[in-house]
Amino acid sequence: MTHWLILPVMLPAFVAPFIVLAARYQIGIQRVISVASILAVIGIALGLAWQTSDGTVMLYRLGDWAAPFGIVLVGDRLSTLMVLLTAVLALFVLLYAIGSEWDDRGRHFHALFQFQIMGIMGAFLTGDLFNLFVFFEVLLIASYGLMIHAGGTQRLRAGVQYVLFNLLGSTLFLFALGAIYAETGTLNMADLSQRVQMIGPDATVGIRIAAVLLLLVFAIKAAVVPLHFWLPSSYAEAPAPVAALFAIMTKVGAYAIIRVYTMVFPPKLEVIAGLHGWWLLPAALLSLAVGMVGVLAARHLDRLVAFAVIGSMGMVMVSIALFTPAGIAAALYYVVHSTLAAGALFLISDLARAGRANLDLTAQPPMAGGTVTAALFFVAAIAMAGLPPLSGFIGKLLILDAGFASGSAVWIWAIVLGSSLISVVGFARAGSILFWKAKSVTPDEDADPAMAPSCLSYAAVGGLIALLVAHTVFAGPTTAYTDAISKQLFAPDAYVETVLTTKGKLSDAPSQGEY
Amino acid sequence: MEILVASAIGILTAGGLYLVMRLRTFPVIMGISLLTYAVNVFLFASGRLTVGAPPILTDATTYADPLPQALVLTAIVISFGMTAVVVMIALGAYLGGDDDTVDDQPVEDAQ
Repeated sequence: MTHWLILPVMLPAFVAPFIVLAARYQIGIQRVISVASILAVIGIALGLAWQTSDGTVMLYRLGDWAAPFGIVLVGDRLSTLMVLLTAVLALFVLLYAIGSEWDDRGRHFHALFQFQIMGIMGAFLTGDLFNLFVFFEVLLIASYGLMIHAGGTQRLRAGVQYVLFNLLGSTLFLFALGAIYAETGTLNMADLSQRVQMIGPDATVGIRIAAVLLLLVFAIKAAVVPLHFWLPSSYAEAPAPVAALFAIMTKVGAYAIIRVYTMVFPPKLEVIAGLHGWWLLPAALLSLAVGMVGVLAARHLDRLVAFAVIGSMGMVMVSIALFTPAGIAAALYYVVHSTLAAGALFLISDLARAGRANLDLTAQPPMAGGTVTAALFFVAAIAMAGLPPLSGFIGKLLILDAGFASGSAVWIWAIVLGSSLISVVGFARAGSILFWKAKSVTPDEDADPAMAPSCLSYAAVGGLIALLVAHTVFAGPTTAYTDAISKQLFAPDAYVETVLTTKGKLSDAPSQGEY
Repeated sequence: MEILVASAIGILTAGGLYLVMRLRTFPVIMGISLLTYAVNVFLFASGRLTVGAPPILTDATTYADPLPQALVLTAIVISFGMTAVVVMIALGAYLGGDDDTVDDQPVEDAQ
């Protein structure tokens, strides 16, 4: 099946308009179609991950045009892993949205959800930088709709900030792309990896600027301090299932950094000397610290989770910024963990919101269905804070181990361990205020009793937690696989060769040769 | 011509950035529009500046690079759509809250 690779993009792209056109007023039918589509995408993603797990690089030429001229989709171990992760997260988020009836509080939730999945899948699979920009826009415009789903002034205000910040990011992305095209004459990543090497040492001004601009764009997506300001309000104000899905969106930025800065601008390249060590690593350590201090300082549960996302992205970026095979492998293990943990925490914060008046971290009467919610929060907080026995601890151990060899090991160890302590205190404080202090407050007799969340909601959160446990239990095979991914990333010859030498239309055309 | 195009991009970018920092939705949206104009011209220039040459590969020795033109077309469509979206959302937020500042207002948070 040669067309498999494009199916994770095409299937949601067809399902979304179908939902709008055929099932506009029937929420039941929308739900069935949407879940079926995500299940199918999971099946496809499993197939793709299986096919690429032996190191094969899958290639799909759109319109059969050969690589530097046409757009290609490329599936290797890293892309298919991210596609699979997205699909699995999407399933549980969708089940939660159905269970909590969030999808019925505004129009077109399922259609926008499918478009969002399409954009994320495309961003993970594309092998062309301009196409990456287009898929970023697809996922962003769907996310604008989802972010203000169900409306409300507070949410719209946060939405304005979110949209404006991302528009600025997109403009910056275009400037970076223009600079890269002007310097190299191509935007295909495999082709770029060869042409960037050819630039002489006396003509690197333009490509240096392009490399820094591109890193800035991806850092905005990954919410690296000081480019993280869009994240707390927009994630906190977004509907909880949407925020849980957004947990994968920061990882799109991390993915793009890994992809571009291992292949197009490999760490040994002279033009980006100092970029990782002097800029990315301190910024990552700072975001880790800011995120975890934010966890301790937050006065609302949803803000707390948003800052936990910033902190965990900081952790991922610390590991990426090392740009060693061990560092990337550890980062990938942590990416999977932090996506699942952040998704689960956002959903749990909505479970708490359903049971009490608001999400302020103040003592309030016991919430409806509080016991199960408390148990789930306990497990998810342990995972996010990185305490044993869950996967956060293993991921952190891998990152510390990878950082041990680097020159700034003292800083990495001090900040990772210090911020872990702060986040443990922050989560413990939030949990005890939410669930334990409630016993000391007498409930208001007149207040309407809140409904306990439905079984499906709990099942969705429980599913994410179960995946976290599985990620811990099967840490051996998983780390072996992330090692294999990182080995493939640091030997991009197979990728480049597959993309550039596979025959298609225009293959025999003479190359431009003027650059 | 290089000076003219370069300074046009520079002035558009500077004006756009200034407006973006005004932190009121209308100037910010205007600023982002200026920035997208700047980036469109910049993308055009990334294929080298040529005068009176067709963007098609022919037997003639000079031709304009067609790829940046395709990129600009995509960028224009996307930025047009995005601007429409942000105007609608900003209008909703303004009509709902009677306030068009972009940044977070600390007053509500302190309660």
